Amino acid sequence: MSVLSRLPFGKPRPERNAALVSQGIEIDPVDESTLVINMGPQHPSTHGVLRLVLELDGEVIVRVTPHIGYVHTGIEKEGEFQQYVKAVTITDRMDYVSAHINNLAFSLSVERLLGVEPPPRGRYLRVLLSEIQRMASHLVWLGTHALDIGAMTVFFYAFREREKLLDLTEMLSGVRLMPSWIIPGGLRGDVPDGFFERCKAILDEFPRRVDEYETLLDQNPIWRERTQGIGVISAEECFGLGVSGPTLRASGVAYDVRKASPYSGFEEFSFGVPTGEFGDVNDRYRVRMAELRQSREIAKQAIERMPDGPTNVDDLKVVPPARAELDRSMEAVIHHFKLWTHGITPPAGEAYVPVESPKGELGFYVVSDGSNYPWRMHLRAPSFMNLQALSRMCEGRLVADVVAIIGSIDIVLGEIDR
Amino acid sequence: MTIPNISFGPFDLVAVAPYVALGLMLATVLLAVPVLTWFERVTLGLIHDRLGPNRVGPRGLLQPIADGIKLFFKEDILPSNVDRRIFYLAPAISMMPPLVAAALIPLGDFRVDMGGGQTRPLTLVAADINVGILWVLGLASLQVYGLILGGWSSNNKYSLLGALRSSAQAISYELALSLGVLMAVLMSHSMSLVQIVQSQTGGIMHWNILGLFPFGLVAAGVYAIAAVAETNRAPFDLPEAESELVAGYQTEYSSMKFAIFFMSEYAAVVIGSCVAVVLWLGGWDPIHPVLGFIPGPLWFAGKVLLLIFAFVWVRSTLPRFRYDQLMRFGWMRLLPVALVALMLAAAMSAYRTDPSAGSRIPPKPEKPKPLMGGTQSL
Amino acid sequence: MATDAGADAGLTAADDARKVQAALPHAVLDILENGNDAWLVVDRSSIQETLQYLRDEPSLAYRFFYECLGVDYLDPGTGSPILGKAHRFEVVYNLLSIHDPRSQMGSGRRLFVKVPVPADDPVVPTVTGIFPGAAFPEREIYDMFGIRFDGHPDLRRLLMPDDWIGHPQRKDYPLGGERVQFPNGTYGPSVGEKVVQHPGEGFFGRTADEIE
Repeated sequence: MSVLSRLPFGKPRPERNAALVSQGIEIDPVDESTLVINMGPQHPSTHGVLRLVLELDGEVIVRVTPHIGYVHTGIEKEGEFQQYVKAVTITDRMDYVSAHINNLAFSLSVERLLGVEPPPRGRYLRVLLSEIQRMASHLVWLGTHALDIGAMTVFFYAFREREKLLDLTEMLSGVRLMPSWIIPGGLRGDVPDGFFERCKAILDEFPRRVDEYETLLDQNPIWRERTQGIGVISAEECFGLGVSGPTLRASGVAYDVRKASPYSGFEEFSFGVPTGEFGDVNDRYRVRMAELRQSREIAKQAIERMPDGPTNVDDLKVVPPARAELDRSMEAVIHHFKLWTHGITPPAGEAYVPVESPKGELGFYVVSDGSNYPWRMHLRAPSFMNLQALSRMCEGRLVADVVAIIGSIDIVLGEIDR
Repeated sequence: MTIPNISFGPFDLVAVAPYVALGLMLATVLLAVPVLTWFERVTLGLIHDRLGPNRVGPRGLLQPIADGIKLFFKEDILPSNVDRRIFYLAPAISMMPPLVAAALIPLGDFRVDMGGGQTRPLTLVAADINVGILWVLGLASLQVYGLILGGWSSNNKYSLLGALRSSAQAISYELALSLGVLMAVLMSHSMSLVQIVQSQTGGIMHWNILGLFPFGLVAAGVYAIAAVAETNRAPFDLPEAESELVAGYQTEYSSMKFAIFFMSEYAAVVIGSCVAVVLWLGGWDPIHPVLGFIPGPLWFAGKVLLLIFAFVWVRSTLPRFRYDQLMRFGWMRLLPVALVALMLAAAMSAYRTDPSAGSRIPPKPEKPKPLMGGTQSL
Repeated sequence: MATDAGADAGLTAADDARKVQAALPHAVLDILENGNDAWLVVDRSSIQETLQYLRDEPSLAYRFFYECLGVDYLDPGTGSPILGKAHRFEVVYNLLSIHDPRSQMGSGRRLFVKVPVPADDPVVPTVTGIFPGAAFPEREIYDMFGIRFDGHPDLRRLLMPDDWIGHPQRKDYPLGGERVQFPNGTYGPSVGEKVVQHPGEGFFGRTADEIE
């Protein structure tokens, strides 16, 4: 298809190129037989502002080069200028479709530095919130992935269900997407009255909805043809590239952080780790669909076994006292004042606690110098590492497959660029 | 159905009828675009479990008008380095074929009371060409030129890929489309659209879709799939695949040039559905002769609307094909099925036909002599 | 950190670190422990050798490369590293000995490998040859801290624009500091003390070259 590249796209400017070469600027030699297409940063299916430079031979991909950084907002740098509890707020903005889980990961790292752990009710509420968030995040993935492949209706159905799940977060915190509800030491508060009942109603209805999506997609021969055998990646390649989460599990490795190194009391819940067989787009789809059901099971278990008691650690150096205490105790007032002006001060050290986010293993590497600001707050972003597998998966496939593969690895650019 | 003859000055109804039909069809095709966008959005809303347009006018009925005004007043952007003449010409080329094809669509059959107990047959059609269906097929293949030229002249790689896809798709699916049409010709023993409809008179059991069972059904299915592909609608909307090629061949088009591309797609949907109704669903023929009191054009419109609904339904349900799968499906599945069905149907038809009984076509009705103008067959 | 049950379930990451120390005594500078977490401090010239050993030694099988990240320990106030460190930068590699039930390899333990990097010569050998997944994180560290990775196949800026000056996550780089001029001639508040020119941003339609 070398004809394509000889089309008059723009005028050749040899004099400009000569000027650049004389200044010592290298110009990439143009391969005459391929067509270079710039996909993004404004493209309907790059899930944000991912930019891919595709080198095509006809419609077959020769090379994919991802370019990122378009929504880089310096969150890691910003975090070094926020007190620990206030830094929770900016972790919401990283993976903006699973904010609770980001909060949880950061809080766990800070708690590891502090050497505290919330009481059972706090841990169970964290599990409940993170599983609700995982369902919501997987629904966004399902909708957009299906829309990329052309199945429009699933998008609206998935977002309808997600809206109900986000309503729960809104009921809890007042906002849908950026709750910042999980903080170092516990949660900002207990759940409101009627929260569990509403949760239960949504969770009871949920499996029927998942069946509905599967009916629309699984039984569709076009969907099967578009996903089976596409974007295959082996487990060994995943290890070397740092690919984790459903993408890794679809390649046949039953590695789930919730099982391998349980946090927040996940060891008390019974759930399975769904794995795929071939590591293609269809397997990743199946793994995530199974996880939707698993998450619902875990959330149900959390509600049924929800313990009573406090949600936050009993340490006034970490969690402020209750409002009623302030009227009675001078000590409580002092602690309250110190916490809201100075914040918490973990001892010097480094901590990294991984959690299982909907995209993969997520964790904050927090370095403390003993002051009330984190010295370094680094996010191990699953999307960031998973994106590296994209070029490997796309080689030799068609343009339409790139779209399917991007959807299947479920990237969020807010997390990649941070 | 017998209607009285009305005279318009020197002309009577029989003379005016072709112009009425032409006007009706042109109006239908052109007005179909706003109505269909509304219809499509409402139907999609129903299927997607959401509201759809409901802000502008009652039930959002004025939404297409608002959209039209918006498009009309949008800036007409001419990107640099486009091939200007072809860039302007392309939307017109893609709009023309459905408009021309509209002249061939027969809408209804009446008998005109000429007075004195005499009646004359009158077909509501602008031009009854004896090779009408070939003409329609030719126009259908012309339409793709608009897409190819538009994509080529845009000086955009996405547009070019969309144009290449549309040309490959049109060539592949035209064969299947033609084979499907041939089956109808085989059953009706005519290429004139009017005679094809007349051969199916007498209720649903006489329609081509159930003729030479099951081959009529197979050919109608092949025709339906190929027609969706020819009109570049989902799941065959590869030339403008939003999630892959941004907007394909029309990426660089804006304002009314874009609107004309948009209109041509909907016009093609209308014409495709009209031809399908003519070929397979008995045109204006009521589902049972008992229901003959409902005028033919209403039957026709109802059937066309049903097919358009099917277009929208398919769009909302199926994911998009991939380019190579589309080609494989067209050449390896659709074409062999159509060929085998055609051959078997031909054999069946030859076996069934009693040479002494003559053909299935009703005797050719006597042609009224119009007072003015001529719409005779060529 | 709970680990997968196995024959060596009693071992911790620190035991693995000591094993590396025994095998490569010239490479390992120190071993740090905190609870179940362990940090293996390695000389930068031996980082490739160490990671290769960690990956290929069957009893360790640290085959899963999580990421690597940079840390800047410079205190901009005093101009010397905090916590009594002798070096300014550190690169931390995060590895997991992922348990693979098919080959029965891997212990499920996590080990951090630290490489001290001095400020005057911030160069570390690349590990992309051992773990291809290091390509993006190393580019990010180069972008943010200015630590160069020797032998990296494509060491360009990753998140910041290509013509950006400076490395934003260094501690002596201010958080804000973009001068925004208001119509009355005053300048907007900048968070840091220092003002940094951003040649990539075409203020008043000027390009990077013109500003210089």
